[in-house]
Amino acid sequence: MKIDNEIVENIAELTQLEIAQEELSVIGDKMSEVLALVEEMQAVDTSGIEPVSNPLDVTQTLRPDIVTSEDNREIYQSFAPETRNGLYLVPKVID
Amino acid sequence: MMHNESITEQLHSLTIGKYSSKELTENYIHRIKQLKHLNCFISVLEESALQTAADADQARYKGKVGPLTGIPIAHKDIFCTKNIATTAGSQMLHNYIAPFDATVVIKIAAAGAITIGKTNMDEFAMGSSNETSYYGAVQNPWDTDRVPGGSSGGSAAAVAAGLCSAATGTDTGGSIRQPSAHCGITGLKPTYGRISRWGMIAFASSLDQAGPMTRTAEDAALLLALMAGGDPKDSTCIRDDVPNYLEYLNTTLEGARIGVCDDFFADGLEAKSEEVIQDALKIFEQLGATTKSVKLPHIKYSVPAYYVIAPAEASTNLSRYDGVRFGYRCKDPENLNDMFKRSRSEGFGDEVKRRIMTGAFTLSTGYYDAYYRKAQQIRRLIKNDFHQAFNEVDFLIGPTAPQPAFMLGEKTESHIDMYLQDIYTIAANLAGLPAMSIPIGFSSKLPVGLQLIGNYLAEGTILSAAHQYQKRTDWHKCFPMMTTSESQR
Amino acid sequence: MKWEPIIGLEIHVQLQTKSKIFSGASTVFGAEPNTQASSIDLGLPGVLPVVNAEVYPRAVAFGLSIGAEISRVSVFDRKNYFYPDLPKGYQITQMDKPIVVGGSVQISLENGISKEIQITRAHLEEDAGKSVHDEFASSTGIDLNRAGVPLLEIVSEPDMRSAKEAVAYARYIHQLVTYLGVSDGNMSEGSLRCDANVSIRPIGATKMGTRTEIKNVNSFRFLENAINFEISRQKAVLESGGHITQETRLYDPTRDETRSMRSKETAMDYRYFPEPDLLPISIDDEYIADIRKKMPELPREKAERFVNNYQLTKADADTLAFDPIIADYFEATVNICQDGKLAANWVRVEILGRLNKDTLEEKIIPVPSTELGKLLNRIKDQTINGKIAKEILDTLWSSPTFNLDEYIKDHELEQLSNSNALEPLIEEVLKQNPKQAEQFRQGKTKLIGFFVGQVMKETSGKANPQQVNELVLKKLS
Repeated sequence: MKIDNEIVENIAELTQLEIAQEELSVIGDKMSEVLALVEEMQAVDTSGIEPVSNPLDVTQTLRPDIVTSEDNREIYQSFAPETRNGLYLVPKVID
Repeated sequence: MMHNESITEQLHSLTIGKYSSKELTENYIHRIKQLKHLNCFISVLEESALQTAADADQARYKGKVGPLTGIPIAHKDIFCTKNIATTAGSQMLHNYIAPFDATVVIKIAAAGAITIGKTNMDEFAMGSSNETSYYGAVQNPWDTDRVPGGSSGGSAAAVAAGLCSAATGTDTGGSIRQPSAHCGITGLKPTYGRISRWGMIAFASSLDQAGPMTRTAEDAALLLALMAGGDPKDSTCIRDDVPNYLEYLNTTLEGARIGVCDDFFADGLEAKSEEVIQDALKIFEQLGATTKSVKLPHIKYSVPAYYVIAPAEASTNLSRYDGVRFGYRCKDPENLNDMFKRSRSEGFGDEVKRRIMTGAFTLSTGYYDAYYRKAQQIRRLIKNDFHQAFNEVDFLIGPTAPQPAFMLGEKTESHIDMYLQDIYTIAANLAGLPAMSIPIGFSSKLPVGLQLIGNYLAEGTILSAAHQYQKRTDWHKCFPMMTTSESQR
Repeated sequence: MKWEPIIGLEIHVQLQTKSKIFSGASTVFGAEPNTQASSIDLGLPGVLPVVNAEVYPRAVAFGLSIGAEISRVSVFDRKNYFYPDLPKGYQITQMDKPIVVGGSVQISLENGISKEIQITRAHLEEDAGKSVHDEFASSTGIDLNRAGVPLLEIVSEPDMRSAKEAVAYARYIHQLVTYLGVSDGNMSEGSLRCDANVSIRPIGATKMGTRTEIKNVNSFRFLENAINFEISRQKAVLESGGHITQETRLYDPTRDETRSMRSKETAMDYRYFPEPDLLPISIDDEYIADIRKKMPELPREKAERFVNNYQLTKADADTLAFDPIIADYFEATVNICQDGKLAANWVRVEILGRLNKDTLEEKIIPVPSTELGKLLNRIKDQTINGKIAKEILDTLWSSPTFNLDEYIKDHELEQLSNSNALEPLIEEVLKQNPKQAEQFRQGKTKLIGFFVGQVMKETSGKANPQQVNELVLKKLS
């Protein structure tokens, strides 16, 4: 699988990364190398094999419906880039 | 000397009053300063460590002694520590002060240990040489021109150089075992879920596992017993009771069946390393074990499967670093999109960005089945292979890394070469099995590690095998010759 | 050209829980911004989700109530996209293995007919936060109190053919989840929000048109307006030779129009995959049986019982069982008057007819069922006739606090059933209308209604119509 510039741009958009125009092919090549490395997988017949999404073949424990968190806004916002009136601020979103 | 004693020995010294915790801690702090050039630490907690040490001495005097009272431990900087910077080796978190402690940190502190510092690591644990850290590379104490391995390179080097009694690490594809091998220490990656992941910054959630990095298997058993156990804050954490691993240690190897897989000795394994491993196998046989060849037909697909799964999970685990609520935000963003993109592009290093993009690609429409799903199916086949093997043997033995520590900068250009450093360690992560590395000799004056892989929750089995080996040999007691930072200038 | 609208709804119902779906933060509405956003809701480094046990019984109860299949194993997935009010950069939701699969509901439409709407699936997920756009000049504020609030997203098949049907379906779901206690159903606090998928096609066509999705509509009136606007817009576009772009649109109630959401224009690739921080959830038959046992009687079960116990028609039974408040009211009325058919008729026609449809969100029937029961008893024992009873009901509707029997007596509303009193009246009517009497005798029997009507008028509607009928016949034969 060859990763061309268009794919790199598309993936950069999905992952919200800024890639300089001259970097596109460099990154594309590196990604292509990784995909070449993983290509060997395709030799394995995996039809009917249940994928593992977690190595523990057990099921979930649940949490009782109890309020356990306190208001830590002051602490949590102490390391936030920008806040005002208790809100996190970001550049204006236009819908 | 106190700095190269095991925890077990240090606890004895503290008990008999040979030295105090304060002296032990001061000694380590002094050494950290002397060996600053190794760059093992991102944060050194001199003041609080000395205070906790003084408190520990008081407690010991009053007879209030926990299992680790007064022992200085370092945490990989991937574990959240309340009111202390937690960076994950990234510029993205250069200013992040975690508001809570990781479960591992809480448990080790509750046992009476002193947090001496936060160790350097590959950025977000993505690397096998500790060279992707925003805080600079770590030097291998055995040869400062060489890498310590990664991603828990700072922890491995700190333990090897005698800068702390033990350290914590995390292992997603070999990040505890490979640096342990390169630095000549003992490192254990437990069964997936044996130790809580709460407060451990995620790389690849279904592979990440914390573990101890120590001077001896006995210390690893001691620490594992304290770190392990169910946690209501981690859904994937195993709730089974934690065995008393120390009791396992004296199980003899008489009649033990050791599996050896041919794939572990394929091309690419350095000749001298192989020789050293064969020597170690002979010792195990002398200790009463028998070896048996086992087949793991799908293990050769470990690296491909891993380099799909780990980046895929990482790509989404790292989406939360968006400059909104914490961490790095770019200067003067023009608009929202600019803020997201520049914060992430400036905050993350190249390797991290590359993995995010590769991972996102394998999850994208039209490729998911061919990559991510396929890799998870192969993971099932690898799991099944191990399951078969453990019907015939008690544990498996092989190399930890294809060769000893390589030169700094040697593999930074070829990321594929770097990825292949994990070739022997990855399978245990994919299958979720416990595995450890112990020092078993040298190749060109560099430590060589042996990997032991156990069945699910059979940490006791591999720890006792390692302990029996360490009772017979002295490799784990070897200590590097080092020069101070001063004399280096 | 004649167009047929095709509408499907995705309804997000907030599950009634004390804490969030993956964290121990409170879900109480109206707190100061970000005071109910825990480290997990904020997606701080190192946090992990743990599922709230109470979301399952609620989702399962909903599934059982619509006759759906309950997944014995359900799995959470990550849906990846960047938005400032989505803290982790992904939403934890259920894609491949949702908890509820299939099912259907019967909705009642205005003209008394009912329609079945198929439900595709219902899945558990976390809500996102709230963006505050108007508080700051050059910034958007982010409040994450809502982030992690548990939602059940109910996805319908594109079975609706008008805005009215869509609203009837949404109302039904609203009533059902409220009735089951799955949700508090508080619309003004955002406990129920709809996304509508709308397309149109020429009548008779089988191929679907391109659809647009109207996001996040939080009132039934807006839903109806938004869909109607969108249908008209699409008609105008297609009739002028244009084509519809598949896109997400936002309804603006102040302008009563939908507009394209530019921020969502870039083609999204959500990269769904199983959430590795959570394990699959298994539930067994016993768990499901236990929830079933604790559930109130469902509308469809109730309707069946009404047919069996009260000999109602299926249509009447469906209408009455549809809404728990109406159903309870009906049954309380039957308890007093002991006549299912009579009570059904009165509740369906008179009570439902009087209820202003717009107040369905908070249904209050001003006349207690005890009063209606008594009123029907007076009809049964022939104290009053039906017409008078309707007039009394009108009075009761506006001032329900009077003694019915005294009222009848005081206003002399008793039915005239006395032949001695009625006969002179009838003779008088026949005398004044000789032409009609003649026509009747010649075979125009339909005129009986005319004579009865005249007599009723003479008695201010109080005569017993049955008896008048008989007496007129006797006089004319």
